Amino acid sequence: MSWFRKPSDAPLWRDEFSVYTADERYVNRRQFTKFLTLTSFGMMVGNLWILAKSTLRRQPSFPPVTVAALDEIPVGGVKTFHYPASDDPCILVRTAAETYVAYSQKCTHLSCAVYYEKEQNRLECPCHQGFFSIADGSVLQGPPQRPLPRVTLRKEAGQLVAIRIEGESV
Amino acid sequence: MNGRPPQSRGLTAIDGAMVLIVVLLIVQIWLLSATLESYLAGHRDVAVPGAIISAVLFAACFCLYRFVDRIDSEVRKG
Repeated sequence: MSWFRKPSDAPLWRDEFSVYTADERYVNRRQFTKFLTLTSFGMMVGNLWILAKSTLRRQPSFPPVTVAALDEIPVGGVKTFHYPASDDPCILVRTAAETYVAYSQKCTHLSCAVYYEKEQNRLECPCHQGFFSIADGSVLQGPPQRPLPRVTLRKEAGQLVAIRIEGESV
Repeated sequence: MNGRPPQSRGLTAIDGAMVLIVVLLIVQIWLLSATLESYLAGHRDVAVPGAIISAVLFAACFCLYRFVDRIDSEVRKG
């Protein structure tokens, strides 16, 4: 038996479709209230889902992954890759002949993909005009509150290898 | 005292309860969107208070629904 209906000998249709016109106002209000209560239940389930996702999240592992060859991209050039998982987009930028930086490509505001703005030498999130420093990923301007997670790179036999990611990603 | 018929008084009580439920629901929708936004921004510590408050709001809505249901059956029987 449903929580939403008391045990009764009367058939359900008598509860839901009154034969008296005056009772219709009650039936309509009760049904609307039931709809609102079920909507409230849905909202609670949403919050519980977020709680479950937060609690059950595993600590990511950081396997070494080759990102690019040292001379693969020109100075000022960009390459995107995924690290540490296949659904974690990252962006690699060659800022000088010997300098490479890599960050998570997910904006720390609402996870839009950031891109490198070469003229201003900064990373930009096009969704809400958030700007990040290319030097350390810190926020320069806009709604993001936290810096971009930085990918630690190691040069190994002419290759750039990602070995871990610093800072919490979404 | 109140000279209105029980049918009319019952409707007033139900309308009041419905308004309360709507207000609680608006708060709950805001709470869900705020918790989701914080979660996506990486602030996972808000998930627990968000879930607890949402459960309390649902419990309040459910109690109000039971109240409406009781008024409804009392008035329609009587």
